[in-house]
Amino acid sequence: MGGSSFRRIGKLASISSKNQSCRGFSSTVETLKKTDQLTPTKSVNLFSAINQALHIALDSDPRSYVFGEDVGFGGVFRCTTGLADRFGKQRVFNTPLCEQGIVGFAIGLAAMDNRAIAEIQFADYIFPAFDQIVNEAAKFRYRSGNQFNCGGLTIRTPYGAVGHGGHYHSQSPESFFCHVPGIKVVIPRSPRQAKGLLLSSIRDPNPVVFFEPKLLYRMAVEEVPEDDYMLPLSEAEVLREGTDITLVGWGAQLSIMEQACAEAAKEGISCELIDLKTLIPWDKETVEASVKKTGRLLISHEAPVTGGFGAEISASIVERCFTRLEAPVARVCGLDTPFPLVFEPFYLPTKNKILDAIKSTVNY
Amino acid sequence: MEMFAKSRNLIPFLLRSRKCCYNTNSTAAIFIQRRFDSVKAGEQLDLYNYREDFDRDDQHQQTLNFPGGRVPITPRMKFISELSEKRLPCYRVLDDDGYLIPGTIFEQVSKELALNMYSTMVALQTMDTIFYEAQRQGRLSFYLTSTGEEAINIASAAALTLDDIVLPQYREPGVLLWRGFTLEEFTDQLFGNKADYGKGRQMPIHYGSNKLNYFTVSSPLTTQLPQAAGVAYSLKMDKKEACVVVYFGDGSTSEGDFHAGLNFAAVMEAPVIFLCRNNGWAISTPVTEQFRSDGIAIKGQAYGIRSIRVDGNDVLAVYSAVRAARQMAIKEQKPILVEAMTYRVSHHSTSDDSTKYRCVKEIEQWRTEKSPITRFRKWIQRNGWWADQNETELRGNIRKQVLEAIQAAEKVEKPPLTDLFGDVYDKVPSNLQEQERFIRDTIKRHPKEYPSDVPL
Ligand SMILES: Cc1ncc(C[n+]2csc(CCOP(=O)(O)OP(=O)(O)O)c2C)c(N)n1
Ligand SMILES: [Mg+2]
Repeated sequence: MGGSSFRRIGKLASISSKNQSCRGFSSTVETLKKTDQLTPTKSVNLFSAINQALHIALDSDPRSYVFGEDVGFGGVFRCTTGLADRFGKQRVFNTPLCEQGIVGFAIGLAAMDNRAIAEIQFADYIFPAFDQIVNEAAKFRYRSGNQFNCGGLTIRTPYGAVGHGGHYHSQSPESFFCHVPGIKVVIPRSPRQAKGLLLSSIRDPNPVVFFEPKLLYRMAVEEVPEDDYMLPLSEAEVLREGTDITLVGWGAQLSIMEQACAEAAKEGISCELIDLKTLIPWDKETVEASVKKTGRLLISHEAPVTGGFGAEISASIVERCFTRLEAPVARVCGLDTPFPLVFEPFYLPTKNKILDAIKSTVNY
Repeated sequence: MEMFAKSRNLIPFLLRSRKCCYNTNSTAAIFIQRRFDSVKAGEQLDLYNYREDFDRDDQHQQTLNFPGGRVPITPRMKFISELSEKRLPCYRVLDDDGYLIPGTIFEQVSKELALNMYSTMVALQTMDTIFYEAQRQGRLSFYLTSTGEEAINIASAAALTLDDIVLPQYREPGVLLWRGFTLEEFTDQLFGNKADYGKGRQMPIHYGSNKLNYFTVSSPLTTQLPQAAGVAYSLKMDKKEACVVVYFGDGSTSEGDFHAGLNFAAVMEAPVIFLCRNNGWAISTPVTEQFRSDGIAIKGQAYGIRSIRVDGNDVLAVYSAVRAARQMAIKEQKPILVEAMTYRVSHHSTSDDSTKYRCVKEIEQWRTEKSPITRFRKWIQRNGWWADQNETELRGNIRKQVLEAIQAAEKVEKPPLTDLFGDVYDKVPSNLQEQERFIRDTIKRHPKEYPSDVPL
């Protein structure tokens, strides 16, 4: 990879025109190993799974970098622990406190054929970088006719309610980014998913915004393969098969939905639960097939209901499954208010709200 | 009643260290600024220009006319250095032992004012200690102290009038305390009860008081800087005898809004004091990884903003500098930048353990020897204004009051459910009315799921 930066741009352009990432990584489904075939596994929480993915990313690609506010000492959620010690301060570093700077810098780094793994400390603080993400990262390839791209960019950021975060440590801003062609939006539900999806996101030849459910950083513990493995993007997963209603969600909300499904089962309602995992471009086919089977759809997310990604799913499924639907699509989401501190239990799409909506949809 | 004091009949130390070289040639006009017309701390208005001595070569040379004005030409290719030879000095009045520094010029403070500042600093310190403890006991969900930065909080507040409008970051509750925010008002916010002006919607420490001209704290950093320029522009248009004071940390100066705020204030000639608390740390990030300039004050000049660096742990220096800044901002209708040098003694917040990234000895030293409270106490005691028994009495009283305020606030019920839906807009729109009905139905179906202390 020596030579001047000009030559590198040339090389990058030729690589990207073949629409492949360099250095032998690929996110194509065929090369993904099935996670359950991997051994050994270890029981770890979500932040440790992220940490493992970052270790692997840095280790397997010498042109990868991890940076952001306070990542040097391990990050405020400990996701980057040990990385600076192992890979050095030139590849793992604190940045000045400036989100637009972090993402702009990351785009530049990625445009030079590197993997730039940038951390935004809280999703609530991603907005100073909105212009860089929406107008720059997302359009880098398209506006240059694929002469340039910043596909090596991955923005990791913790999102969601934790019980005491108030306005600015709780938000779920994913739908803003789902309105932006050119980036991918990925949200894992568990440690094992987090590791595999993060590695795919890092190695995907497109910029990815990767939202991490911070409620689960410590809380969610799962057997996670210690090896390097990737899980496919834009592929939803049916977590629970059922016949009466399809539930679609992502991230931390899935465990709430799972509880609602279990309760519904006690009352004889058979729910199919789908983890969307990648919000754009999303796996419509899996959702469509499920709704064609069940005839009913419920979507749940923490973000405010109006303009949330649930609206997009609902509209698409109505377009595709109109004649098969037996009830209106239900959305159980956050309220159309800023995220409130003491009213958080009222604001959230809780298990019982979901259960009520399952019942009223099934009994429509 | 303040009078001007000069501790000794010496040239002020700031003037001494500077060779003045701008007043003999034609380029000098660029640098000469209108003098602060009071004889008070304005005497110290020696302007540190970070320009190198181009003028020697340029004396008889032509200028070029560019859209921004005339610029002298030079035959020498000379880059402005990235740093000046010496670091920008820090204005100080009291030394470590609370003695006046020879030659220092400062705004005299009366016994009454001094004792007021002292006891409010102690009150802030006590509040912090007890609230921090309350968080550790699980009574509060979050807290963040101002430990080590009491002088910046209190002395800057004391240098202002109530008409001056404050836009805080979050480590400036002392300004509110000085302005008369009661301990009950603090605890009501911390517990998010129904008396909290913010109606329980924000995390603890996000205080705000319209009555006291103190804008509500917002977590996203540096957003308050460009806003401050707008607020100040309004004061300017209304011809108010007041200015805006906007507080922010060293870390926050890296945000784009810092640039926007300073540039807007300069261009719009807005009377705002930018008060940077340079406490060395932004969570775990030291200033050496935040910027490579000599701190913040020198950035002011690049924006065309008069700036000063002061010892933030020196009550008299902060007080004097902010008073002078205020008078200049209002009289000359322009922004002023004050960089107060200090140290964040506490962990960033109750979510942080700073021993993971910095040395305990360093923290301890700033907590004890370098405490602004200790230093100021030495001075007031030496003046015969304060004795050990006053100290015991003061601390005992405040402690009792803070504990009482906590107990009272804890018992007050939470804000009613309607407060979830109010204030999103001026009136509750139909979608929120519908959502309120939906929530009330849900509560009826599942009453046990919802907190019992929120009145329905
Ligand atoms: C836009 C934004 N980015 C990140 C954060 C997270 N954060 C909160 S405080 C802080 C450090 C601020 O440091 P500084 O400005 O020096 O203030 P100090 O805490 O030292 O008083 C960070 C990174 C935030 N609140 N807002
Ligand atoms: Mg700081």
